[in-house]
Amino acid sequence: MATLAVRRAPLGGFSFENCKRNSILESEANKVGFSVPTARKTGTTICGVVFKDGIVLGADTRATEGMVVADKNCSKIHYISPNIYCCGAGTAADTEMTTQIISSNLELHALSTGRQPRVATANRMLKQMLFRYQGYIGAALVLGGVDCNGPHLYSIYPHGSTDKLPYVTMGSGSLAAMAVFEDRYKTGMEEEEAKQLVRDAIAAGIFNDLGSGSNIDLCVITKGNVDYIRPHDEANKKGVRHGELEGVQLTGDYRYKRGTTAVLSKVVNPLDLELLEETVQTMDTS
Amino acid sequence: MYSVPVAGLCPQGSYGIQDSLRSGFTSVKNELLPSHPLELSEKNFVLNQDKMNFSTLRNIQGLHAPLKLQMEYRAARQIQRLPFLQSSNLALDTLRGSDDTIGFEDILGDPAQSEMMGEPHMMVEYKLGLL
Repeated sequence: MATLAVRRAPLGGFSFENCKRNSILESEANKVGFSVPTARKTGTTICGVVFKDGIVLGADTRATEGMVVADKNCSKIHYISPNIYCCGAGTAADTEMTTQIISSNLELHALSTGRQPRVATANRMLKQMLFRYQGYIGAALVLGGVDCNGPHLYSIYPHGSTDKLPYVTMGSGSLAAMAVFEDRYKTGMEEEEAKQLVRDAIAAGIFNDLGSGSNIDLCVITKGNVDYIRPHDEANKKGVRHGELEGVQLTGDYRYKRGTTAVLSKVVNPLDLELLEETVQTMDTS
Repeated sequence: MYSVPVAGLCPQGSYGIQDSLRSGFTSVKNELLPSHPLELSEKNFVLNQDKMNFSTLRNIQGLHAPLKLQMEYRAARQIQRLPFLQSSNLALDTLRGSDDTIGFEDILGDPAQSEMMGEPHMMVEYKLGLL
């Protein structure tokens, strides 16, 4: 007779049941020469800058899966609340889920307090969640927004540390973008100047880093207004395919010109056919 | 109630023998260490958070505050369905303040959707202390 066991009430959240099995499978696979599939990363350039009236956030749009581009036009600027947006670098799923959870929590918090949420609140929530998981959630974020205390910009690292700065960059292309910022950043810039600076910083990341590419997305947040410009600049346009005219797809043409194949001889046999009966049957197109 | 449990030394599969499919081959090293660095800290997260909150409360307001709250927690913890059924823990959530937050414990591995259920008679006997 089989023994029965008493089960402790299951908790929600992450389940570590398969970890041992997975590590054994991975070591077995490595012995034979296979490698375990990797998660999709966003090897990215994201950046943000504080200007006179608010914040400009910028991001590229390439998502990579190892050495292959997984998504040529993915959106890396995530909505947190009407006045707060967040760019995400690192593992794509982690940034997506984390920003969605924090967005929901902020909404509940705002309903509970009856006030517009502050950027510092979002920052605190994010850093506490990321620290709880000790960096296993690979989400490096640039959080920016305008609240009752003015514009704020934070950078949040996967292990849970945050920095509050006037200009930040994250991702694999962060060094290229930071070089542009360090050269040309000034306090109290105008909006157009700030947009151009962010565009140039992301372009530096796109052209000098393999993990970043495609287009440049911008998000301009000011008090009471958000401009989500996607795409702001198509820095890398795909070429036009033969048979495609300005984006309109022509069908592939496989017909060859007369005379491509040389004609050796030609024989014509007319068939004598007798017309017996001709009827016309109309379709019911009512 | 406040001890921090470590991975048990007995085999975890059903029928009391090692479940090779789920937990791999047996070895003493396997049993003593958790399979993931986060496993222990996640299992005890709510417990540790409560402990920290109670000790801060004690330092700020004196001993009466955590005592009263713990009494309410114990009362709320007793409002449950039968042991093998999933209960919503609404009173406990309200006391903790987690009724208006969302975390991974609400999205992933929802206990209401779990595929396994404890054997009803065993669970009730265990709860009543008859086992």
